[in-house]
Amino acid sequence: MTYEFLQNYWWVLIALLGGLLVALMFVQGANLHLGNRTLSDTQKRMILNSTGRKWELTFTTLVTFGGAFFASFPLFYSTSFGGAYWVWVLLLITFVFQAVAYEFQNKKGNLLGVKGFRIALMANGLLAPFLVGTAVGTFFTGSDFTVNKVAITDPSSPVISTWGNNWHGLEALGQYHAVLLGCTIMFLAAILGALYVLNNVDDDGIQAQMRRSIKIAIGPFLLFFLSWTAILLCKEGYAVSPDGAVTLEPFKYWHNLLDMPVVLCMLLVGVVLVLFSLYLGAFSKSRKGIWYAMPGTVLVVMSVFFLAGFNGTAYYPSCTDLQSSLYLDNSCSSYFTLKVMSCVSLLIPFVLAYIVYAWRQMDKKKITAQEIEGTIHKY
Amino acid sequence: MDVVIWSRIQFAMTAAYHWLFVPLTLGLALVMAVMETLYVVKKDPFWKKTAQFWIKLFAINFAVGIATGIILEFEFGTNWSNYSWFVGDMFGAPLAIEGILAFFMEATFFAVMFFGWEKVSPRFHLASTWLTGIGATISAYWILVANGWMQNPVGTTFNPDTVRSEMASAAAFWEVVTNPVAVSKFCHSVTSGWVTGGIFVVGVSAWYLLKNRHSEFARKSMLIGAIVGLVGSGAVMLSGDSSGVHAAEFQPMKLAAAEGLEDGGNGAAFTIVPGIKIPKMLSILATHDINGFVPGINDILKGYTDNEGNVIPSVEEKMRMGRLALDALAVYRSTDDPEQKAHAKEVLDANVQYMGYGHLDKPEDVIPPVGIVFWSFRLMIGLGMLVALVLLLVLYGLWKNKLGQWKWLLWAAIACIPMAYLAGQCGWIVAEVGRQPWTIQGLLPVNVAISSLSAAAVKTTFFVFLGIFAMFLIIEIRILIGAIRKGPELEPQNN
Repeated sequence: MTYEFLQNYWWVLIALLGGLLVALMFVQGANLHLGNRTLSDTQKRMILNSTGRKWELTFTTLVTFGGAFFASFPLFYSTSFGGAYWVWVLLLITFVFQAVAYEFQNKKGNLLGVKGFRIALMANGLLAPFLVGTAVGTFFTGSDFTVNKVAITDPSSPVISTWGNNWHGLEALGQYHAVLLGCTIMFLAAILGALYVLNNVDDDGIQAQMRRSIKIAIGPFLLFFLSWTAILLCKEGYAVSPDGAVTLEPFKYWHNLLDMPVVLCMLLVGVVLVLFSLYLGAFSKSRKGIWYAMPGTVLVVMSVFFLAGFNGTAYYPSCTDLQSSLYLDNSCSSYFTLKVMSCVSLLIPFVLAYIVYAWRQMDKKKITAQEIEGTIHKY
Repeated sequence: MDVVIWSRIQFAMTAAYHWLFVPLTLGLALVMAVMETLYVVKKDPFWKKTAQFWIKLFAINFAVGIATGIILEFEFGTNWSNYSWFVGDMFGAPLAIEGILAFFMEATFFAVMFFGWEKVSPRFHLASTWLTGIGATISAYWILVANGWMQNPVGTTFNPDTVRSEMASAAAFWEVVTNPVAVSKFCHSVTSGWVTGGIFVVGVSAWYLLKNRHSEFARKSMLIGAIVGLVGSGAVMLSGDSSGVHAAEFQPMKLAAAEGLEDGGNGAAFTIVPGIKIPKMLSILATHDINGFVPGINDILKGYTDNEGNVIPSVEEKMRMGRLALDALAVYRSTDDPEQKAHAKEVLDANVQYMGYGHLDKPEDVIPPVGIVFWSFRLMIGLGMLVALVLLLVLYGLWKNKLGQWKWLLWAAIACIPMAYLAGQCGWIVAEVGRQPWTIQGLLPVNVAISSLSAAAVKTTFFVFLGIFAMFLIIEIRILIGAIRKGPELEPQNN
């Protein structure tokens, strides 16, 4: 295994984890319906118990996504987390509230009441996909940072990665292209959530409401996604030459797509699967849309990561100092660390297998009001 | 206060808060797994209901534990940017492996354990309960491998081209995984979790006995809790002994601070409290030799010869060599002249082991806050022994059927719950405050490990997290007390 192979392999794994994270954000999307006034409290509890049995998978994927980035591309971790401070802190706070909201909300003595924790879940449902999408959006717009490794020898200013402004990441909200991706992921999560509930909960009223919400979300989702993609393919990108010099290249991401036909195919297949799931969810009687939407989402997100990082591209560009931009080779872990972790990653199929097996057992019965009543532990 | 202090306070608060929830997760997981095993083996529904009650309390505690774990992971990057780059190659691997191997196991099987009573077979459910605990324990191992490496950075080479510590070979990874500090830390931390879980079960059950409720449930829970707690106490003492030996070997300043030992020597005495000493005991504990040499704070500052005959330079000398290393690194990174580069590399290699000392202002910077470490160490040992004694008496009381008469012991068992937590917190204070000023022993001091943030930014997030943590803790305690008051849902004959 060459060093280059291992770097690429770990970028594929990061892309896969990123794809799984977005696909599993059906939890966040479904929780948006906790504020839906047309649903009764019993119906909301059915949705809550449905997502409440899965939220830890999304949460764990986020933790593993962060851990894997730290392990395989530590310069990204140190630059982005230490620099775009407020974005990551905000994301963190929404997830922290989500983690306790399920367990606490219906218990006496919870201080915030049912409503307070449901608002927290809905805030997580809106903000988490939006912030993750916007953060990934900066992979293409660039961020305001510099990397100077000699700084560590200077006691007065030893930090290697420094951010160029005091907004510490919030300035991304002013980058319309990054925000477009944030909005895309937010609406995608809402659609995934509705498709998931449609499949997992047996209740006519909820199902009708889910189909209605998919119909509402289709328009903005497609608008944001197509706008973001069109701008991406037309904009300048951050190209890396074989000697490591970073330059701006017109139509870089369009070139990447043409240079990597496999990625083009992944993107197209992913988009078709998501569109088909939208059709199933909004315009047919099928409840199986989620089974097309999730793999479709994984494929699209992976292809977005591949466009950002492969084919001589800086995946975390600096618009302040081009040469500080991060690409796979200058930001990754050492050969041996990547090799060791690659061996461990061979266990991922086994992990996926037991997750699928456990959840097949758990999801044999769909969620109904009676099912929840008969369950010892419920939210 | 500057950004370094605020970053340290924020991280210390998060870590200490996280450790309020982890020990109970580790300990209660074992207790309820044993109870559910009894249910599956004996087919007695009493044990099913008993296990379900403790699982309910486990779940309340588990949620906050998970929520605070992710904050720690994020804070490595958000507040310790240089650290993340400098150690990412060493630290990231255990963290990623923890994610792949442990977190998914915990998350998946927790859901089956919590929701799956009516959905999966009893054996599958039992396996899920065990796997939840095993997942938490595996998770503890990998995070303590990372922590152990920070205390004793083995298997690493500094690479001037990337400016970080790197794993130089696959064998180095094995060295990191089997780092003796990590192994003893794992044993010490996990088994201290068993003590916390054990005394929690015993204390809660004692409350039921005092209230004359659920007597059979309380006595049987107590028995299992006391056994788990006592096994844990024994293992904590054994692993504590090896922790002391490792501190003497790899972090002598931490040991000197924990002992308040200004001037060391051969046959050093152990201080119980100021003024009361056991002759020779410190040498026995630290070196397993009655006349072994234990360096004090002044010896470390001035330099000394260790028990293997190695000459340890003074801190001033280490600082000089550290500065040589840093200067050589700066030259190495800035010059294109191959000859100059080669010379810089030579100087760097000769002094790199003390590079971290080059960042210090004065030799006294290597002394941690002695008072905090000294008293935390004593509190940890004292409270730990008290909890073990109470557990032993509870077991004796159960055997002699005297618990109904020994109400004082039941109250003592309840009082020991916060004491076990306090002992755990003190243990981490000794481990982490005791190794100041280092984030990575000898390589990277805290003032160089930070992110480029303003003190105001970190101060703001500190108070935000403080508010969130305080609120969650109040809620958690209220809900736990409510669930305990409500009690287990047992059949009438078992009440």
